[in-house]
Amino acid sequence: MSTGEEQSGDDAGEQAIEPTEAKVAELQSLLGDHVLDTEEHLNAPAIVIRPDAVQAVLSTLKEEAGYDHCSCVTAQQYPDRYESIYHLKKYADPTDEVSVVVPTARDDPTSESGAPVYETASWHEREAYDLVGIDYDDHPDLRRILLPDTWQGHPLREDYDQDRPQIVTLRENANPLLEDHRGSEEEGESDTMFLNIGPHHPATHGVLHLETVLDGEQVLDVDPDIGYLHRCEEQMCQQGTYRHQIMPYPDRWDYISAGLLNEWAYARTAEDLADIEVPEYAQVIRTMGAELCRIASHMLAMGTFALDINGDFTATFMWAIRERERAQSVLEELTGQRLMFNYFRLGGVAWDLPSPREDFFELTRDFLDGLPEATREFHDLLTNNEIMQLRTIDTGVIDPETAKDFGCTGPVARASGIDYDLRRDDPYGYYDELEWDVVTEDGCDNYSRLLVRMREVEQSAKIIDQCIDLLEDWPEDEREIQSNVPRTLKPERDTEIYRAVEGAKGELGIYIRADGTDKPGRFKIRSPCFSNLQSLPAMAEGEYIPDLVAALGSLDIVLGEVDR
Amino acid sequence: MSSDEPRTAISGSTAPVTDTRDARRGEGVDDRFNSKLREAFGSSPFILTKFDKFMNWARGSSMFLLQFGIACCSIEMMHTFAVKHDSDRFGAGVPRASPRQADVMIVPGTIVSKFTPRMKRVYDQMPEPKFVIGMGSCTISGGPFQEGYNVVKGAEEAIPVDIHVPGCPPRPEALLYGIAKLQERVANGESSPVVVKPYELQQFSEMEQDEVVDQLADEIDEDDLAMRYNWADSP
Repeated sequence: MSTGEEQSGDDAGEQAIEPTEAKVAELQSLLGDHVLDTEEHLNAPAIVIRPDAVQAVLSTLKEEAGYDHCSCVTAQQYPDRYESIYHLKKYADPTDEVSVVVPTARDDPTSESGAPVYETASWHEREAYDLVGIDYDDHPDLRRILLPDTWQGHPLREDYDQDRPQIVTLRENANPLLEDHRGSEEEGESDTMFLNIGPHHPATHGVLHLETVLDGEQVLDVDPDIGYLHRCEEQMCQQGTYRHQIMPYPDRWDYISAGLLNEWAYARTAEDLADIEVPEYAQVIRTMGAELCRIASHMLAMGTFALDINGDFTATFMWAIRERERAQSVLEELTGQRLMFNYFRLGGVAWDLPSPREDFFELTRDFLDGLPEATREFHDLLTNNEIMQLRTIDTGVIDPETAKDFGCTGPVARASGIDYDLRRDDPYGYYDELEWDVVTEDGCDNYSRLLVRMREVEQSAKIIDQCIDLLEDWPEDEREIQSNVPRTLKPERDTEIYRAVEGAKGELGIYIRADGTDKPGRFKIRSPCFSNLQSLPAMAEGEYIPDLVAALGSLDIVLGEVDR
Repeated sequence: MSSDEPRTAISGSTAPVTDTRDARRGEGVDDRFNSKLREAFGSSPFILTKFDKFMNWARGSSMFLLQFGIACCSIEMMHTFAVKHDSDRFGAGVPRASPRQADVMIVPGTIVSKFTPRMKRVYDQMPEPKFVIGMGSCTISGGPFQEGYNVVKGAEEAIPVDIHVPGCPPRPEALLYGIAKLQERVANGESSPVVVKPYELQQFSEMEQDEVVDQLADEIDEDDLAMRYNWADSP
């Protein structure tokens, strides 16, 4: 959507500082004595509070100030303390942010849990406990989430010894509801059945493990068990230098061809952190590449969803892969790679469009021209298919309020009628100069999520088409693909920033704290799939098993991003 | 036509079939019709070969792959199965969802500590003879994530691997080449030259007694198998 008067992403950080003081004063009057201190993060003002006042402060901010979106919880270690940071936003206006900083003592890192206020904080705090080792009082279920239960130590602490051997048991999982079985007199006999789905299962889209308790064919309880692909992405990024070494990793978070979207998340964060300008020409190329990735990603989402619903390797899957192959060949022309592009650089992109440019434009236009026909085929195969409709309409329902509470973003949120798209609401790149619409559906069910993705493909095609027009007419002497960026980037010590972009699955955010060196002090990834997957129990409990599978497929998770 | 009456197509002359085929082939023989089976059979309906040789040939020509997605490489693996690359052309394109129906396991991605016992279990469930293709750098050494605290340094820490396909991720063409190489070797009855370390799946009592073991010794049953990863000694 074109909203010319809104500020572009690059100078958002600078302009946001002006109204900050008024906002801090407002927060201080709202929270009173709870505010111990204020800090300045590049994206938002931060208030420092006592560890035992977390719930009071968060619920005031949620209920009275309208911060209904807890994007992320970051935990980190300082030489003298531990810190949890709650990054809060508003669904109505994601540029209105506030960070709540909760310092805790180094010898006893215990703070009150925010999970009773924001449902989504539950998993984020479990992750903070797992990796950094902060204890959260009053947390409903504080146990390890990414690492095995038997793991010793917390790997993102400074004193963690990585060479120490670890033991992983092969213990089987136990039925968590066995104790409260009903309707049976005899000891040890239960009318519920415990079912492990995954981690090797075709319908879990990777290595997800669902601990499911069934009553007959109904799902009583489902607990996603993640961490089977926890590849230490945050540690890897903390070991790399800003300029070049981090950029290859974002490709591997959401690996379903969403590489450029992820790279943009890092590029945007680091560019705002180090105050780097990006030439407009590069922004247009980025916008085009990112939308190509979105199409490829949604095609696979659609194909695998059809696979889950309709059965074996069927026509829809093959046809979706065919469109993906075409998108990938365009991306390969542009970036030189099929999947792991590593094409963005801080301050621009790696190289200009391939030459001859006319051939590239023709290839892209051919792909775009074929899309309406392909979309029509998919509508024939999927959305107009009676069996598909029976299986997806009114199953896996999640209402907007619950979705917000779980921090759902992306197509999952938009299918529940939440009009939230960072490309429009917190514009970056070239999106605010182009003509397009945010797609929303009100059905809240599996069918709506499918529809949203299919309609987003059309919008993406529209964006790419406009980008091609722009690139074709771009004067030859103004094709600046990279701005002048210093070889070594050393952002100022203790500069903190949280920035997000609209990835294929939703709000993909990155928090970076600079420690004065050329590597990040803390690099935290806010993965949209992590939050979206957390809402699966809300969708699936009480439904039948096939609906659980359909709900999981419609969430379109990618485990590389869930586990990071 | 009821089935108790002989049909001409079976009892009668085979000439119509041959004529049709010849008419279709026309001038200049299209060797697509000369299948390997036909070459092996020649003109006579008998084959003279060793039984194990025949079995190897059959095995290599019909491989069922395990549908086993782990990480990034599984996307390229799906592309290998699907249109454009279509590994079915090479007699190895039907992904099976159950390990009990599969001959080949492609390990497509990074293996982390929590997943290794599960992968081992899936491998154990496959019927003999079974083959493993390691896809991507992560299955060789841990790839780009090698320095991670949670990453197992290669699939061979847990299961034997027949063919490594390097790349991050390998292109579908590269995977096809790896599959074809494996088929060739299976058909020739060659055993894997890869030296496989013994599974690091041990009884708990056999493990080196360090502080971690001591700490966990009380919690783990005698019968409970444990998997151990010793980062320091990993290659």
